[in-house]
Amino acid sequence: MKPSRSLRFVCTAPVLLVAGCSEWQSALHPYGENARTTLSLILSFAIICTIVWILVMLALAGALLRRRSNAEGLRPPLETDPRRERGFTRMVGSAVAATVLILVGLTIASFFAGKSNAALTGKEMLTVRVTGHQWWWEVRYQDASPSHTIISANEIHVPVGEPVKIELDSGDVIHSFWVPSLAGKRDLIPGRPSEITLLVDKPGVYRGQCAEFCGYQHAHMAITVVAQRPDAFDAWRKAQLADAVPPAGAQQRRGQQVFLSTGCVLCHTIRGTPAGGTSGPDLTHVASRQGLAADTLPMTRGALGAWIADPQSVKPGAKMPRVDLGPDDLNAVVAYVGSLK
Amino acid sequence: MSSACRERTNGIARGGRCRRPGVSFGAAFAIIGLALLLAACQRESRPFETPPPADASNDEIAMSPNHPGPGGPQAASSARWEKYEQSAYEVAEGKRLFTWFNCNGCHSKGGGGMGPPLMDDKWIYGSSIENIAASVREGRPNGMPTFRGLIPEDQIWQIAAYVRSLGGFVRKDMAPSRDDSLSARPAENRLPAPRPQQAPASPLSGQGKP
Amino acid sequence: MSDAVLRQPIRRQKEEGLKGIRDIGLDDAALHAFLSETWKTPKGFSGWLTTVDHKLIGRRYIVTAFLFLILAGLSALVMRFQLASPESGRIGPDLYNQLFTMHGTTMMFLFAVPVMEAFAVYLVPLMIGTRNVAFPRLNAFSYWVYLGGGLMIWIAFACNTGADAGWFDYVPLGGPEYGIGKRSDFWAQMVTFTEVSALAVAVEIIATVFKQRAPGMTLDRIPLYVWAVLVTSFLILFAMPAVMVSSTMLILDRLVGTHFFNQAEGGDPLLWQHLFWFFGHPEVYIIFIPATGFVSSILPTFTRRPVFGYLAIVLSLISIGFLSFGLWVHHMFATGLPQLGSSFFTASSMMIAIPSGIQIFCWIATLWGGRPIFATPLLFVLGFIFTFVIGGLTGVMVASVPLDLQVHDTYFVVAHFHYVLVGGAVFPLIGAVYYWFPKITGRMMSERLGRWSFWLIVIGFNATFFPMHILGLQGMPRRVYTYPLESGWGGMNLFVSLSALVLLAGFAVFFLNVLASLRNGRIAGDNPWNASTLEWATTSPPQPYNFARLPAVTHGEPLWAEGDTLPAIEGLRVDAREVIAGTVADATPQIREPSADNSIWPLLAALAVGATFLASIFTPWAVVWGAIPVAITLIGWFWPKGTPEDEE
Repeated sequence: MKPSRSLRFVCTAPVLLVAGCSEWQSALHPYGENARTTLSLILSFAIICTIVWILVMLALAGALLRRRSNAEGLRPPLETDPRRERGFTRMVGSAVAATVLILVGLTIASFFAGKSNAALTGKEMLTVRVTGHQWWWEVRYQDASPSHTIISANEIHVPVGEPVKIELDSGDVIHSFWVPSLAGKRDLIPGRPSEITLLVDKPGVYRGQCAEFCGYQHAHMAITVVAQRPDAFDAWRKAQLADAVPPAGAQQRRGQQVFLSTGCVLCHTIRGTPAGGTSGPDLTHVASRQGLAADTLPMTRGALGAWIADPQSVKPGAKMPRVDLGPDDLNAVVAYVGSLK
Repeated sequence: MSSACRERTNGIARGGRCRRPGVSFGAAFAIIGLALLLAACQRESRPFETPPPADASNDEIAMSPNHPGPGGPQAASSARWEKYEQSAYEVAEGKRLFTWFNCNGCHSKGGGGMGPPLMDDKWIYGSSIENIAASVREGRPNGMPTFRGLIPEDQIWQIAAYVRSLGGFVRKDMAPSRDDSLSARPAENRLPAPRPQQAPASPLSGQGKP
Repeated sequence: MSDAVLRQPIRRQKEEGLKGIRDIGLDDAALHAFLSETWKTPKGFSGWLTTVDHKLIGRRYIVTAFLFLILAGLSALVMRFQLASPESGRIGPDLYNQLFTMHGTTMMFLFAVPVMEAFAVYLVPLMIGTRNVAFPRLNAFSYWVYLGGGLMIWIAFACNTGADAGWFDYVPLGGPEYGIGKRSDFWAQMVTFTEVSALAVAVEIIATVFKQRAPGMTLDRIPLYVWAVLVTSFLILFAMPAVMVSSTMLILDRLVGTHFFNQAEGGDPLLWQHLFWFFGHPEVYIIFIPATGFVSSILPTFTRRPVFGYLAIVLSLISIGFLSFGLWVHHMFATGLPQLGSSFFTASSMMIAIPSGIQIFCWIATLWGGRPIFATPLLFVLGFIFTFVIGGLTGVMVASVPLDLQVHDTYFVVAHFHYVLVGGAVFPLIGAVYYWFPKITGRMMSERLGRWSFWLIVIGFNATFFPMHILGLQGMPRRVYTYPLESGWGGMNLFVSLSALVLLAGFAVFFLNVLASLRNGRIAGDNPWNASTLEWATTSPPQPYNFARLPAVTHGEPLWAEGDTLPAIEGLRVDAREVIAGTVADATPQIREPSADNSIWPLLAALAVGATFLASIFTPWAVVWGAIPVAITLIGWFWPKGTPEDEE
């Protein structure tokens, strides 16, 4: 059931007032079909539950504050008025009946909302495979032709208005894929692949976060969903298929050299270079992404420098080690990696 | 408890002169707890900060020469690096890196293949953690690549600590448990203890410098 | 007491051929002298270690549980200190993970369940008119095992080996590959300790309530608190084995290399979740149902009338007990289980609101039909109704699958369960402390400090936890050691952290009240509140033998019905420990049942069992070698005493 726009405003406004209008990663600001249906459910449940609570509190207040006669005060404890007791039986009975009706109604509403969310499944045109790792997301766009597979990390692009299937699996422990403004969450359980369908209705950047405790850096495992118009999405996909941009200038060339001769190459892939490590995120187009290290840092030169210089100070416990580079080498690597759009 | 406490009838303290036994036990507990706190178990430390980079002291420890001839590998230990073997975290990180850097490609899961097995009692270049770290860092004849400059020093020691656990040298409560994959061999904490090695027949040649 | 006065009734007994010295014909002074001697706990250290007196054991259980509450509460304060501002960097992720795990684990396993058991152990024999629980030495054993488990995990925490994978320790994170070191092993064994302890108490409560009730206390005259504790004990009996099985499987996986939870070898990480939550959901009802018993005890006293709807409440308790076993999958809605199955659990989770609602409505009817006296215990009951109903309603919200898929593992759920656990169990618990403190210690607590603690706790609690509903809806997940500045959550988190200090102040006032009243509280009489249940017929604090003569019961509110003169039973021995055992439904007395004397064996058995559990964290051989001292202590425990059982 979809409440009218004005009703939705009336209901969300007080919440927003209290909340300080934080839209950044919020289930209260839906931009996806699933999240929208769920928000209607949340609001209707919240309203009904609030009314129930108010009624119970009124009954409680009435019980405490009602005027009692002197005779009542002096009555011995075991002498209860049978008429009043019968009245109580009726009241409690009707309250229980009302409770049952409300609960049945809520259960039915919930069932239909769930059904509506599930109805998106089966109509997807695009499939993205997301594998959770400690503490980043491996993203794969499969294609009928294997050479058109895109491997990326931490950021998914989807076309607006089309249902997209996200296949979920885990490489180590249980994670959970959750973009609150788009849909509910689904756990990534190693050995038990599952899936979730996203249908985004407005272009934009939507942030999500891992929602199942997965170790030291669970707090810094964000996923970004970028919804684009279909033509922009196609252009993005084509750009991602290309090999990495070759280094331009002496510093970037030196950076590539340092990258290929130190520890970086053992874990990372940059397509178009000999670097082919698969333990860490694919860096072919890393600089085209919104954030760094699963959106722990923004994608800026300074953040790149801080991250490469000492990942442990940004994400203590992360699997990326500190590689001791001299200042010139560090700057060169930062320049090179920062050019990989 | 003092005789004044005997006035109590099952718990009423009169005049505040009685201290319940819980209080003195609480004090004892606090003292014991404090002592243990100060001796926090090293096994469980999670040193995320990377230690300072390798210095020349690595090269000062006499290692096995890279050529055949008289003199077996010499075991020398420096306390500075023993800490890797006494931290479950470091050994577990070594296990992860053993897979990530494809040591399995030649050594399988310690069973060997193209490379020698790491679970048996034969250590061509020495079984101490310094020897193993040197093997990883320098490479060895007949195919062991050198990882100097590729794998950061700290991680080399983690891998070396893990290889020690494959040999059964690491204490059972530090060694890793089974992994969540197909079971190729018993877990490292269930591997048998190593047999003691023979002492070298003659002094090592090429002391001091590799 | 002169010999002449004593000799006559004893000689008469001997003439009738009765074995031992009975209480027939003895006057009060003689009775007190004999019974004190028979039922006493010797003074000093040895008495402390060997006592099987349920009141002493219950008291130390309560004190220990509250100490764990303080430890867990301080952990939470440190967490709030870290979360007060975004990317604050005050505490690193490793320590934070240990803190929130220790907080949850301690609150659930070491505080909430044990404190409810503790009150049951103390109150049930007094409320049903007997002298001790059915298995007094098992009672002592259960306390020592509980203490051992709690000490073990907190000393481990002090050694940087605190559990760090959440109080639920999901595999694979808590499993052999990713759960590095011994942290999860200590957690799993602590679970075993506390579950052995809980099962022991459950067994003895069931046996006591079924068999040792005062003659005439038919099923419909059992106090509602005793009903609540009886239902809870059955829940413990069926739920605890599930978590013991899962924690044992986990230790086997980690220590010995089994593959229960290893997908690659035919196991399943989801098996852990099913087993754990099959326990985990009844666990919260194990905590909540005794609290409803507290409310049902406090309300009649402070509304001057019996609780409305006795039968409805009893049936509600029993149905909550059954239903609670059919809800567990609602913790797993995000795992990708089929929609139809999940919907079933939505329906059952909603359904359990009905018996809970029945109880609330009956209590409000009690208040309506009575004359409220606004003493501190009643204030906390009112706080409970105010707070628990909010928690129950957010529970109805999270019972819905699509709704839960948005709020699962966020601060919304944190808010929900704190509302139902703190509002639903801790508030009645504090009310119960204020209510029974005079009985346990003989002194009244301060009403003024009581009111201060009430307002600080209720206001502090709501200010701390209500904003978490909004934080969860705004996307803040659980178990995060920090959050970004751009999230906009900083303001509300700061508010929450500051409000937690108000809650801390409230608890501080409460503990201050307890300690000050122990020294200087006004001396309470036997029945300062003019309550109706049997425990108020004893002295304050009760004598070691509870009742000089065991009472008989003719009404559900015995002290109100009988006034000053309770009917009593004669014929028990005063020179040996005896209680009356009767039928289950009618409590018709059947036999005089010997009751265990003080004994060192429970402590020794607990040490043997504890050492075996602790050592089995490090080597599986501990189970083999540890079986020997366990067997020896059990043999010592059960060695026949040689006293023939009287069957007269």
